[in-house]
Formats: sequence, structure tokens, C-alpha cells
Amino acid sequence: MYPAPIQTASPAARGLYKASLPVALVVWLLPLLAVMLTSIRSLEDINQGNYWGWPSEFDLIQNYSQVFGATPMARYLLNSLIITLPTVIGTLIISTMAGAALAIYNFRFNILLFAMFIAGNFIPFQILMIPVRDLMVDLGMYDSYYSLIVFHIAFQAGFCTLFMRNFIKALPFELIEAARVSGANEFVIFYQIIVPLVRPALAALGVLIFTFIWNDYFWALVLVQSDEVRPITVGLSALKGQWVASWQLISAGSIVAALPPVIMFFLMQRHFIAGLMLGASKG
Amino acid sequence: MSMRKIAFATVLGSGLAAAGMAEAGTIIFNSNTSDPAPKAAFETAIAEFEAANPDIDVKFNVFDHEAFKTAIRNFLTTEPPDVVTWFAGNRMKVFVDRNLFEDLTPLWQENGLDEKMASSRSAMTIADKQWGVPYAYYQWGVYYREDLFEQVGVTEPPKTWEEFKEVGAKLNEAGITPVTIGTKFLWTAAGWFDYINMRTNGLDFHIELMDGKVPYTDERVVKTFENWKELIDADFFLANHANYSWQEAQPFLYQGDAAMYLIGNFIVPQFPESVADKIGFFQFPMIDEGIPVGEDAPTDTLHIPAGAKNKEDALKFLSYMSEAGIQGELNAALGNLPPNKEAPVPEDRFLEAGFEMLADAAGLAQFYDRDTDPEMAKIGMQGFQEFMVKPDRQDAILERLEKARQRIFKN
Amino acid sequence: MVEAGFFERNQQRLAPVVLLAPALIMFLVFVVNPIVQSLWISLHEWDGLSPPIWVGLSNYRELFDDELFYVSLQNNIIWLVLYLLALPAGLAVALYLNQNVLGIRLVKSLFFFPFVISQVVVGLVFSWFYDPSFGLLAKLFTGLGLEPVPILSDENLVTYGIILAGLWPQTAYCMILYLTGLNNVSPEVIEAGKIDGAVGWRMLWHVILPQLRPATFIALVVTVIGALRSFDLVAIMTGGGPFGTSNVLAYYMYEQALFNYRMGYGAAIATVLFLIMDIYIVFFLTRMLRQERRGG
Repeated sequence: MYPAPIQTASPAARGLYKASLPVALVVWLLPLLAVMLTSIRSLEDINQGNYWGWPSEFDLIQNYSQVFGATPMARYLLNSLIITLPTVIGTLIISTMAGAALAIYNFRFNILLFAMFIAGNFIPFQILMIPVRDLMVDLGMYDSYYSLIVFHIAFQAGFCTLFMRNFIKALPFELIEAARVSGANEFVIFYQIIVPLVRPALAALGVLIFTFIWNDYFWALVLVQSDEVRPITVGLSALKGQWVASWQLISAGSIVAALPPVIMFFLMQRHFIAGLMLGASKG
Repeated sequence: MSMRKIAFATVLGSGLAAAGMAEAGTIIFNSNTSDPAPKAAFETAIAEFEAANPDIDVKFNVFDHEAFKTAIRNFLTTEPPDVVTWFAGNRMKVFVDRNLFEDLTPLWQENGLDEKMASSRSAMTIADKQWGVPYAYYQWGVYYREDLFEQVGVTEPPKTWEEFKEVGAKLNEAGITPVTIGTKFLWTAAGWFDYINMRTNGLDFHIELMDGKVPYTDERVVKTFENWKELIDADFFLANHANYSWQEAQPFLYQGDAAMYLIGNFIVPQFPESVADKIGFFQFPMIDEGIPVGEDAPTDTLHIPAGAKNKEDALKFLSYMSEAGIQGELNAALGNLPPNKEAPVPEDRFLEAGFEMLADAAGLAQFYDRDTDPEMAKIGMQGFQEFMVKPDRQDAILERLEKARQRIFKN
Repeated sequence: MVEAGFFERNQQRLAPVVLLAPALIMFLVFVVNPIVQSLWISLHEWDGLSPPIWVGLSNYRELFDDELFYVSLQNNIIWLVLYLLALPAGLAVALYLNQNVLGIRLVKSLFFFPFVISQVVVGLVFSWFYDPSFGLLAKLFTGLGLEPVPILSDENLVTYGIILAGLWPQTAYCMILYLTGLNNVSPEVIEAGKIDGAVGWRMLWHVILPQLRPATFIALVVTVIGALRSFDLVAIMTGGGPFGTSNVLAYYMYEQALFNYRMGYGAAIATVLFLIMDIYIVFFLTRMLRQERRGG
């Protein structure tokens, strides 16, 4: 283990280290604490410029209930889930397949295709905006969940295929050869050997994609327009009115919006760490 | 099928239904009224309309105000709704020129709007036809702290440029910033340009400039900038104004660090209780007394897209929204002025003052970013902001604006 | 084996085709095809409403005569360079937190928190932080007897201010990558290093860092991507201001296409940005291929 375990250090150093942790944490999360504090402030406080001081009154219940009561926040949350979950699953499926194809087989355009997927990562996605919107309109998917799900799957396929391909490449190839020798066909190998082995990577990638999609704002703005399908990021910005930005409500909404990925990360932490560790073992 | 799957399928289904076409008897109304008060005001108006027309359903989609400006181009060309909110001036002209808005002249004639909305008629007219129904307008002017004026010995709000500069000098002497402004999102600076230009050169010249017919390097524009520079050099404006949105610039007024704010009437609901009754309003001072008085009075409007599927019911809705009764109710809730002159002006000292000021004006402008081409507006307002920070770059800025004008207006 | 069917005989050739098909088709339709279309649009003048008009290369010609384009380009380069500070910063935090003490798991998770919240919130909070009258930074400055600096309205400081805000979540991301990497460092190598007398910095530089190379690589990839997504923060914190001095190409393009309704000009800016990215793409590909050859 590096650096050396603190247990081997002097008791004074150990104590200092333990004491420093909460301090570092508070400093690191200071901006976030400000959001939390803002989420329980009154509008009056904000208009008076009291962003960092102690709130003059606590509107915790009022602000949060207003977020859920006066805005369709619950609907937005649900929409975000309906968009995010199928996207994560779809992306994982197609990128595992593509990753396996690129990692295991030698064919003529292997490297070229791989390069294409990598290049996809670097695209400033504004370049896609106009054509993708027109395409979705032509396909009749504009302003429905499908437009976002389909586009996100396609776009994320770049990063995920890169990730899965490297992960699978690092697996012991002997396993596949052994299976071939014993007569298993290629799809059986994929399903029975590759898929179980990549599970930790899938968990890790899943959490990552989940956060990407959950926090997407740009595409939600471009591809959907009605309240029935809008995800929470756009919903949040709709709280920001024409003249009045109710920052206390936006902050409360932000906290609500941030909860799912955070919970996800806490629940999946072990998979996440394990997966990234394996995924990074060969780059 | 598990409960979860059923729930999921139901949700997915409802999403699909939302994406599908509207049945007859439904009007899709896409609106930019995302603030809580306007949104609620429209919801009430729609509920009343639906009660009066039980066979018509209004599907009310509210967009974030900024996002709407982009979204409207998408949906007008792809899947047009039946009614949209929009703005008078160049903003409306863009869509009228491309045949995306329905001609509403018959509606104006049937409802006698030529008479009832005489003051907004010219703003809604292109090629002798009316293209929309205005539902609200509001004034711009100077909101100021009466107590701070008194503190420095000013009893009457300034009426002339000289008086205005005098007030500023007195405030500065007392350590109070004369004017608060937040130019982060640029348009607040355009308010100053509009007013100084209208007061220096008159409304007609201003509109010619907005239409791209006069060079920005014209000596009259230079004169406007020189007048503006007098204020900048006299430290009129809040330091670091480029850091703030219009909203973030408010605390200076409320905390007594600044005394004046040139802004639209939408600021009024923001006044904290503690200072609300100390805030007054005055008309932007005159620079050249001989010039007819123009004012900024942005007008918010309703339109029917040319591609709307249910025009018949949409027309019913728009006639309903043009009536004096509903315009009075709506604007009482919005805190704006009703364009229908038979509607009562909401009981509010700022609106009453604004109403009088606009009624006496020789003519109305919509506001810089609604009156000129959107790209010109963006470049122009960036220039205004830069000028307010670095007034010595005046010549370079005006040349840049002129270069943009020549390209955008192709002459 | 004479009876073996077509599939059995060709399965090694067919399998990759079938496995690749879904991802490839999606990618071609929704990513590659729009890029080509955008290149095409960049040769037109189009306001998104009227039919496009062919103008050839005139959008590009205008671009190279556009002050704001150069400002944006310069800022993009500053972004790409400074954003890489997230790597050493993330490594430092990871080294600090890579211990086994009570509650460390929770601490690590909380350190990761900034990464999962949306950039809208990050931008907002940092704007408050920089506020020259009410912000914490201003309080700090006045406490030290200094004049507060208006970071976000100073044409020379604004870009750095935004980048700092972006570094906060990005450091958290790199930290997680390095934490996982550190977990993966084999104890034998550390022991061997100790025997060779490597301690402190020498140990970190010569023994640990080479072991962390895969984590560094992924951190580099995501950080470059993050630098491109700088868009959100610029939009929220300054909108490109003051007077365009904090623009980056992605935002400038968005502004031209969506606010000024110049799809063709916007597409031309995006194309230039895309060309710049090709440098990085080539860098990653060559590195990857070199690794492949070494590994294979």
C-alpha cells in the first residue's frame, strides 16, 4: 500500500491525520455547504446579498415543499429515471458487444473502427446539434423519451466501447482459446465467458454513465420540449424564471437532483472501485 | 408482468401520448412565461377560457424564458403548436418574413382591436397587416431611493441632463454610487444606450439605426456615446457591473449603496418590504428639450403559427385573450399594463406612473434587443458593455459595430 | 467436419460483425452522419428557418478575420492546459486519502461528491464565491486589508476563475481514478522499491507513478473531454463575458448558432474545434497502438 499506512506512523502523526480529515472535508465541500445553506434561505436574504452568512430565517420545509408542490419536480425526477436507466442498460449492452468484437477478433478495419469510437469521445457535441434535432424530427421521435434515450446510447457508445474493449483485452485470452478448443461457438463464448468476467466493469461504467446522462442539460434542451418528458436538469433551469431567479428553490432542486447519482455511488461504491481498478489495469 | 413493469409501461405510454398529435378540440399553447406569477396568471386565464368553451382543451407548455427563444425556431418549423407567446418588433418580423405566423388582421377587425389597442397597433403591424395580439406591456424608467435623494439634499427627481448629472455628483460626494447596474447578461447596458440615444437624437433616428439604415460611426451615434461617457467619467455606474446579473445588482439599491436603477417595471415585485415604500420612479431625463419623447415599452404578444393544426380554436382563444376583462385580470397578476385600453390599469403607483408617461410619449420603442437584428443586438450590447468598462475604446467599438452592421444588413 | 454449416465455418468472421453491428449503426447514424452534415452546413449560410444558401468557404474566411474567434481559440488552449492540473491535484488528494482509518470510505465518497452534482450548481456557487461585494473571496481580501478583485468581470482573470471552478469536480474525478489505481499497485513492487532504497518522492516518481500509468491515461482522457465540456460553466458563470473575453469555441459556436441564428458560421467554428481535437485523437491513438504492440 502506498503511501505507507498511517498505522505505522507515530501516534502524533496518526492523530494529526485523523484530525485533518474533517477539516479538509469541510474546506473541500464548502461550495456544497453553501448550496445546502442557500436551499434553506429566504428569497429576501438572497436579494440582500446574504449568500455566505447565517440565514436570517430557516425556510427548509417551505422551500423543499415548494419545489415539490409548486413545480413538477416529481415528474421531472421520474422522467430523468425513465431516460437514464434504459440509456445505461442499452449503452452497456451494445458497448460490451462492440468492445468484445474489437478486443477479441482480428479483422481488417479493427483499428480504424476503434479509432472512430475514440474520436467520438472528443466531439464537441454542439457540432451534432442541428442535424440530430432534424433527424429526430424525421424519425418521429422528437419530444419523446426515445429521442434522448437513443441519442445518448449512440453517443455514449464511443466512450464505453473504448472502456470495454480495453477491459476485455486485458482478460486472459487463454480462457477464450480453451473454450474454442472445447467447441463452444463464438456467441456462447461471449455470453458465458466474457459477460460474467466484465461484470465489475459494467457496474463501474454503469455508475459513470448514470451520472453523465443524469446531469445532461444540453440535449434535453434540444430534443424535448414538453413537461411530460423533460428531465430534471431542464426542469431545474425552468425554475430560473425570466426576471426572477429563485436561487433558494434552485438550490433545493439541485440537492434533490444530485441525490440519485450520490445514492447510486454509495450503493455501488465497491463495484465502482473494483471495476475501475480492473478497467485501468491495462490501458 | 410485475407491478414495476406495469408502472414503467404506463409511464412510457403517457410519454408517447404526449409526443403524439393533438386531437381536435385541443389547443397546444407553448409559452415562455416561466416565472411563478405569470405562469399562474396564464393558468387562471386558461381555466376560465376552458370553462367558457367546454369543448376546447388547452395544453399549456411552459418553457424557460431563455430556452424558449431557441425552442421556438425548432417547433415553428417542425411541429408547430397552435398558440405561442412572443415579442413585438424585429423579433416578430423575423417569423412574419418567413411566413411562420398567421395573419391576424381579420381577428383585429372582428374584435375592434384597431380601436381598442390603438397604441400597440403599429408594433403589431407589418405590411398593413396585424400578426399578433399583445397581452401586456411595461415601462422602463429610473427607480430610485427617495430617502437617499433627500439625504443629499435633492427634493425633486431630475428632469434634465444637467440636473441628472448634478444629482449624481451629490450622491458621489456622499459616498453613494449614483446608479446600480449589472451588465453580465448585457441587455441592461442597452437600456442606457436606448435612452441616451432617444434623448439625444430622437425616436425616429433610433429606429433607423435599429433597422440598420444608419452607420454606427455616424456623428449622431458618436454624440450619444459622448453623452454616455460624461456619466461614466463622472463615476455614475456601479464598479464591477460586468460581474452582476440585473438581479445581483439589486442589493446595492436596497442596502443604500446605490441610489438609482434604470430598469423595467418587472423589478417592482422584487423590492424588499423594508425599502419598498422608499422607492420612487422617474422618467429618464431630457437631454435635448426640442426632441419628441420616445420611451422603451416592450410588448409581449400572442401569435398563431402558420402551421398550426387547430387554427379555429386558437382564434377563439386569442379573441378571448384580447378582451378587456381578461387583459385587466391578467395584467393585475403580471404587474404589467394591459394593451387593451378598455381594461383597467392595475392599481399600483408604479404602473399608474408608467401608464401616464407612456400615454404622453410621442412614440414607443420595444427595446434594443427586440428592435434590431438578433445578431446585431448581441454584438451591439457586447460593445455597450465594453464601452462602460473601457470608455477609451469608443472608436474601436463603434467601428466594430459598424462592420457588423454592414455585414448583417448587407449594405 | 465436412458437414459443418456456413455459420460454424465462418463464425470467427461473422461474430465480430454481429457484435459490432448495433453500436456501429447507432454511432454512424447519430454521431458520424451529423458530423458530416455539419461540415456541409458550414459551407452554407443558414438561419435555421429559410432554405440554406451555398456560400462555399466564406464562413471560414470570415472566421479568420474575427477577433472573438481568436479570443475563444486562445481561451480553449488555456483551458486544455490548465485543466490538466486536475491530474496532479487528484493524485495528491488520492495519496492523502489512501489510508485505512475509521470512516475513510465515507470521507472518500464525500470527496467525490462534487463530480456528481450538475455543472449548473458548480457554476452558480463559484459565481457567489467570486462576488466582489458579498462573496467569500471578497471577505477574505478585505480581511487581509486588500481591495477585492472582481475575477469574473476582469478580462484578464475571468478565464482562470472559470477554470478553477471546473477543476473542483474534475479533481474529484481524477482522485477516484487514482484511488482505484493505488489500490492496484502491487505490494511486491513497493517492497522491491524499498529494497532499492526508494523513499518519498523517488518512490512516488520512479515506482508508483509508472504503476499508475493506466489510471493517468484514463484521467487524461476524461480531463480533455471535461475541458471541452467547459461550455456549461462558461454559459452559467459569464455567458462569455465580459465583452466576449471568456468565450471558448464551444460556447462561441453555440452563441452564433442559437442566439444569432447563424447555423453555417456556428458549424464552421465547430469544425475548427473538431480539427483541434484531432491532435488529441492522434495522440491517444498512437499511444494506444504503441501499447498494443508492446502488449501483443
